[in-house]
Amino acid sequence: MTGIANIRELFTRNIRTSGIYIAFVLIVALFSVLTNGLLLSDRNLTTLVLQFSYILILAIGMVIIIIGGHIDLSVGSVVALTGAVAAVLVIRNGMPWWVGVLAAIGTGLLVGAWQGFWVAYVGIPAFIVTLAGMLLFRGLTLEVLNNVSLSPFPAEYSSIATGFVPALLGGYGYDTFTLVIFAIGVLGFAYNSWRNRRARIAYKQTVEAPVLFVLKLVVIASVVMWFAYKLATYRGLPAVLIILAVLVMAYTLVTKHSVFGRHVYAIGGNLAAAQLSGVRVRRVNFWMFVNMGFLASIAGIVFSARSSAAQPAAGNMFELDAIAACFIGGAAVTGGIGTVTGAMVGGLIMAVMSNGMSLMGIDQSTQQIVKGIVLLLAVAFDVWNKKRAAAAR
Amino acid sequence: MADSAPTDILEMRGITKTFPGVKALQDVNLTVRRGEIHAICGENGAGKSTLMKVLSGVYPFGTYDGDIVLDGENAQFGNINDSEARGVVIIHQELALVPYLSIAENIFLGNERRRLGGAIDWNRTNAEAAVLLERVGLKESPTTLVSALGVGKQQLLEIAKAISKDVRLLILDEPTAALNDNDSEHLLDLLRQFKSQGITSIMISHKLAEIAEIADRTTIIRDGQSIETFDMAEAGGSSEAIQNRIIRGMVGRDLDNRYPDRESHPGEEVLRVEDWTVYHPTQPGRVIVEGANLNVRAGEVVGIAGLMGAGRTELAMSLFGRSYGRDISGTAYVHGEEVDVHSVPEAIKAGIAYVSEDRKQYGLNLIEDIRRNISAAGLGKLSKHGFVNENEELKVAGEYRESMNIRTPNVLVEVGKLSGGNQQKVVLSKWLYTAPEVLILDEPTRGIDVGAKYEIYTIINKLVASGKAVLVISSELPELLGICDRIYTLAFGRITGEVDVASATQEGLMALMTQETAQETKA
Repeated sequence: MTGIANIRELFTRNIRTSGIYIAFVLIVALFSVLTNGLLLSDRNLTTLVLQFSYILILAIGMVIIIIGGHIDLSVGSVVALTGAVAAVLVIRNGMPWWVGVLAAIGTGLLVGAWQGFWVAYVGIPAFIVTLAGMLLFRGLTLEVLNNVSLSPFPAEYSSIATGFVPALLGGYGYDTFTLVIFAIGVLGFAYNSWRNRRARIAYKQTVEAPVLFVLKLVVIASVVMWFAYKLATYRGLPAVLIILAVLVMAYTLVTKHSVFGRHVYAIGGNLAAAQLSGVRVRRVNFWMFVNMGFLASIAGIVFSARSSAAQPAAGNMFELDAIAACFIGGAAVTGGIGTVTGAMVGGLIMAVMSNGMSLMGIDQSTQQIVKGIVLLLAVAFDVWNKKRAAAAR
Repeated sequence: MADSAPTDILEMRGITKTFPGVKALQDVNLTVRRGEIHAICGENGAGKSTLMKVLSGVYPFGTYDGDIVLDGENAQFGNINDSEARGVVIIHQELALVPYLSIAENIFLGNERRRLGGAIDWNRTNAEAAVLLERVGLKESPTTLVSALGVGKQQLLEIAKAISKDVRLLILDEPTAALNDNDSEHLLDLLRQFKSQGITSIMISHKLAEIAEIADRTTIIRDGQSIETFDMAEAGGSSEAIQNRIIRGMVGRDLDNRYPDRESHPGEEVLRVEDWTVYHPTQPGRVIVEGANLNVRAGEVVGIAGLMGAGRTELAMSLFGRSYGRDISGTAYVHGEEVDVHSVPEAIKAGIAYVSEDRKQYGLNLIEDIRRNISAAGLGKLSKHGFVNENEELKVAGEYRESMNIRTPNVLVEVGKLSGGNQQKVVLSKWLYTAPEVLILDEPTRGIDVGAKYEIYTIINKLVASGKAVLVISSELPELLGICDRIYTLAFGRITGEVDVASATQEGLMALMTQETAQETKA
């Protein structure tokens, strides 16, 4: 069955993965029209990145947890707690900004180890452990902050989330550096795709037609460069975007190519078989949660830096946004299926919807209703798709 | 023998049941007389349970061919409720009780005693339950939680539940498999009592001594066909003679050329297990494997023969990283050196591989592709600094696809979409890649067709030719006789014999497999 797949085959076969990208494009198009192009203005795009970065960071950790067959309801509280720890050290005790950052990360790791211990070694379902964690860490946040907000953070700390990479290559009405960075990224992506394609051909696997392959690259490159141009004409490259890009690349690598990542998929796909294949299930489960704690602390730092404050109610409901991003992005409720990129696109769908509806002046209540329905439909589609696949067997 | 002319309560005529790719039952006939205890015997996988599921409506009318005549009327059951309404009640081997509900609640589950308006009438529920408990001789309060009862009492409770439905034909699937001698004896007494009350029973059992003791007639099922039905009274009189008669029926087929030839050159000892004892994981004090000793040499295929519940899988899984049981004691040696098999990774490191009898549940990640299933147990060999060399992985998977003859276009096909035979080859590939010294194959040919079976046997032959040691667990005696050098028989957790294949017969093995030793009564 070697050969070249046509467009139709490509879509029908991979409807699960391609469906999400199509949905994303449609949603972006819809809201561009509804907001008279305001959604895609350079200023709004930058805001969008800054405003939803911490949800995306959480979604990276969450999708790994979900692939492993668990859930984490506590991440919102952990975002608040890590931000609070940083604030107490930096704002109240006047320590340097990096002490706050390190302490926040340390707190996140401890929280992750705590939850990982109960899930992996005591065998309590993650739903319960993290539900308890949600209350526990919210309570600790109040305790640490003495129930009051702390602000403002010094400029160095805030710039983690609000700063932009300086225009190293000078400006001509736009930031050249941003464009160069993105161009390098696009070229890297193209080279990598080409190598993969060659490897697949060498292994006699189906690949898309050459025209389609080039077309795909051109479309992706144009969209990314257009996005870069938009950023460049506004204020340049946001520091957060670099953090996010590094995390996405690193975790894509980990989930796709590392032994740890493989074990996560194996545990989620068939726990008993993984165990009998020599996977140290408890250890993997433990590190999954430690990792979630780490990413929650990064999100906590970014969030507190962006609002330049630590508030007792920070991060409320973040867990639900992160979980929704994973499921919209194609992760399976039963575990074993999901990707970091999928979760990112799922998160962006949520972000574009929230942002677009806000721009249109739609109130919070309606936004919640719409987001709820989208989540439900996304999972319903997933279930339907699975049944269809089973029937075709 | 009853005085009046025996009338038939049940007649099943020409029952044929096909599953995709497998003919589970073919033209099976069964006639059961009113008021008798009718035993059904056959090897595992012969089709006994399938037949009973057809009878009780688990497989509804229309999914099988043939007729069921109950009390002279044609019966077409759409589900279990239909059959229960006609007084046919089945008690499955796996008990179906809700542990955190009381005895009374379990008895009337789905059949609740209600007051006008729908509320449950607890007084009536508990009172009627008490009467039923009295009838089956279970001395417990109706309000006791089922989780507080042992297996024996739970079995009695299942029977109480059955007679609450005005049962006329009671079907018991291996009712005594999990019971000790006292409980078994009590259950058999109960069946005799029911017989005197006019309740007909059909009983599936592997304990031939029991059948010889209690059954009026026996029907033999073999390879999905009904072979014969005979009267126990005419089968020879003594328990021994009756058992031999049954065994002859169960195994009476010829070995034709279904097994590839192999020359046997056993070398030095690879695996030795001494005094291996395993307790049940949740029922303290229940011994599952007792003091097992065995060894396997390089280039040798050794079989373990035992009926369901004998402890075959439990022995293998407890050996493989303590994946089953608790309070495991005993020593394992690989190449003469004692090995630590406390966890699966350690067992793999010691050179042991275990291919499970249930590949879908324990062997494969069905939503993952062939490549990643093959590499699942040997990722350590494929990775450096924690990252997997995926080109190498593809190459390895491709090589196994070739050498094992896995029939797919490439190795990126989802394993869930493969046939049973190809799935089994994927599991075997996974374990071969870990380069084991000894492979334990648990029912390696279960649920796969004859052609694929032959391929699996060929693979086993190649393995031993390359100096590996292979331990095969199988319920199919002809299979063991066809591929093994030596066979251990396991009965009720104990190794009851070690037979060289040259001198082994199916009858001889079956006798060892059903042998209950004197020690058994202690339980």
